Order: sequence, then C-alpha cells, then structure tokens
Amino acid sequence: MFDFKLPSLGADMEEGKLLEWLVKPGDTVDKGQVVAVVDTSKAAVDVEIWHKGTVHALLVGPGEKIPVGTVLATVLEPGETAPAAAPPALRPAPSGARKRISPAARRKAEQLGVDCALIAGTGADGAVTLADIERAVAGGTGTAAAEAAKALHRPASPADRQAETRRAIAAAMSRSKREIPHYYLFETVALARAQQWLTVANEGRPIAARLLLAVLQIKAVARAVKRYPEMNGYFRDGGFEPAESAHVGVAISLRQGGLIAPALHDADRKPLEQLMRELTDLVKRTRAGSLRGSELTDATITVTNLGDQGVEGVVGVIHPPQVALVGFGRVALRPWVEDGKLCAMPTVMASLAADHRVSDGHRGALFMAELRELLQQPQDL
Amino acid sequence: MEDEQLRATVIATLRSIAPEVEESELRDDRPLRQQVDLDSMDWLNFLIGLDRALEVDIPESDYGRLVTLAEVLAYLKLRLA
Repeated sequence: MFDFKLPSLGADMEEGKLLEWLVKPGDTVDKGQVVAVVDTSKAAVDVEIWHKGTVHALLVGPGEKIPVGTVLATVLEPGETAPAAAPPALRPAPSGARKRISPAARRKAEQLGVDCALIAGTGADGAVTLADIERAVAGGTGTAAAEAAKALHRPASPADRQAETRRAIAAAMSRSKREIPHYYLFETVALARAQQWLTVANEGRPIAARLLLAVLQIKAVARAVKRYPEMNGYFRDGGFEPAESAHVGVAISLRQGGLIAPALHDADRKPLEQLMRELTDLVKRTRAGSLRGSELTDATITVTNLGDQGVEGVVGVIHPPQVALVGFGRVALRPWVEDGKLCAMPTVMASLAADHRVSDGHRGALFMAELRELLQQPQDL
Repeated sequence: MEDEQLRATVIATLRSIAPEVEESELRDDRPLRQQVDLDSMDWLNFLIGLDRALEVDIPESDYGRLVTLAEVLAYLKLRLA
C-alpha cells in the first residue's frame, strides 16, 4: 500500500484546498489518471496519480485546506489485498476548533453538498446532527445551506484569485532574483525562411489547422536544449538535475492579470501540427482554469513571447527551480545585411536568461547559435 | 446579412475570446489587436470563430487587410456578398 500525497503544483505552492474527489475507495486507478481537483492559489488543478493501484481510503474530504505533502489517500498496489483493519475514516481536520458532526449528518451533508461549518449544532457538545442538517435544508437556513454548498465547490472569487495569483508570482520571482545568479544573452534571428515556410505550409490549410510562428520557436528551443542539456532541468538541493525530456513551459498571460507557464510535454519530439493543437488547447485551458498537475510542475525550461505586445526583446526571470528561460520579442522588418547586401529582413530578438550556477555564457552562446540555426531550417523542425 | 447583424456576430466572437470587451469602448477606426490586447493565438482564435459563425475561411494573406474593426466588417461584408 502506498500513500498518495498532495504534490507541490508549482515552486510557490504551500497548501491547497481539496475541491473534489474523482475516485472512491475500491476504484482502480491508472498511471496519469486525474483523481482529484485541488484549488491552488492560481487555479483549480486536476491532480494526477502516478502509480497504478486500487484506492483503499480517502483521508481528506472536499473543502479541506491541507499543506503540500499531506497524505490524501492510501492506494493498494496492483494485486495487493486490503489489510484486515477497516480503512481509516476521513482524517479529522488538524485544528481542534472543527465542529463535531455525527457520521449520519456528515453523510447527509455530503449528499446535499451542505457545509456543516455553517450550521448550528444542537447535539451533545454542539455536535451537528442529522436533524440539524435536515432542518437547515428544509427551513429558514435553506438558502444558507445552498450558499454553503456553493462555497464548498466554488473556487476563490475572481478578486481573491487575482490577489493570490499576484502573491504566488511575487513569491516565485522574488525567490528567483534572490537565489539565481542570472546571466543574459541576446541574438537577433532572421526569420525570412521561417516565415516563407509558414506561408507555404499554411496556404492549403483550413484556418483551424494553421501554424503560428510561436510553435516553431517552442520546437526550436526544445530541440536546442537537447544539445545543450545544462539549459534544461532543475536546480535543487544545491545541485543541478538535468532533465531527460524537453517539457517546454509556455508563459501564458491571463486576461484578468498574471500569468501561468504550463508545460508542453516532449516538445522536441512532437510534429508541429500536434504541438499547435496542444498549444491551442493549453492556452484555452489555462485561461479557463483547468490545468493538470503535471502541466504545472513538469516544465524543464520556459519560453516567453512578448512580441505581440510590441517589445523588441525580453530580459527574462527564470522560473525556479528551472535554470533557463528563452524570450522572444516582436517580429519586424529591420535593416539587415546578407551576402554583402543591405535588405529589409523580418527578424526577432531572442534572449536567454540562464543560471550561472549551472552554465556559463560560452555554453549559453552556443545554445543561442543552435537556436538561431534551427530557426533557419524550419522544414526540419 | 444585415450590417448590424454582422457587427453583432463579430462583437460576440470577439467577446468569446476577450470577455472583458465593452462594445461602447471599441473604436472602429483603431487597430483592433491593440484595443483589445489580442496576441497571435487570440487573433487566430478570433478568425477561427468568424469562420465557424459565418463560414468565411480567411486566408493568411488577407490578415494585413484586417487591422481595424471597420476593416474587418468591410472585408467580411465583401466576402459574404
């Protein structure tokens, strides 16, 4: 039997609120299956489990706020039989101030989606009884119960969410500036080939299947880090852990303010069409607030594109524990010399912010040269 | 399609991408993407939305003609005629 714990869904997350279980005791679970929805400061997140097994007991109830690392559920290994002892009931809340609620009342309250915390108990020691629940629902406090039900399942209000998002970004970025000795490199990249290739590639496509330059940029970064692995991975516990895969975090701005940089998994290996579909989906889900836990935690390097806002270039802040961030500015026609002749060339300024504890400017420069060359060969991306 | 109906469809599509848009604050003669803060993904989704609502597949080569709201409306009117 193993413990399913609340994972950290980002460097800045300390606690979460369980919104909903999507499994119950006795259910079999598969690797990668979404088993619970947890509200973090930034979004409601679908949390996956990474072991096969059978759910034995759920230890935390919906509505509870718990710190990262809390055991949420116990799960039996495949083939393992349940121990003789009865599975433990839902873990009591850590604070002693929690109300006493009779089991029957708790079940009824769960069925009806009522938050017992909002109901006055008439039982022994102020315990909430079944009758209290029924009275609350049927009687004058029916609206309160309905409100309570909503409060239980509703993530934070937009204003709260905005403030929380800002706080989370502040924590992560402060940590980055405090701990990571950044160095920065810039390279202006010619994009005539990439744009011509895109024009031809998009000509015959229906609008929903067209590719954006952003996809070429993401794929080029993913390919480049495979050659320069010191840009790809995590700095943790005083050392660098290179990542096997290139999961590119894509900085996505939220319309109400703030940003999230969820991961496009294995971006180096996926065809551009697939990456484009996944990117579209990721942007949509990020803005709708329905990301998966792995998308929030897996990014091994981040790409930010601020060109649409019209800036020339970006001096990035690395998202810890990652060790590099690549930024792209605006694509514009600029004077350029090629083969000794002056011409008007569409170019973009690519920038690298990298962690000096892991790599040096020399390797960073080679990485940027690789990125530049990859973008000259769009047909091979 | 009547002009007003076309306009309503375009605004509704825009609001599906950028729900905070107030029609009264939109200026027809200013670049749309600046007014509404649409990045290239939002812009593509806006055009996909128009394609779905009006069945007008807008080729990439025409993007340059679609800068302001007035231009978008004029272009769509022509294509739908």
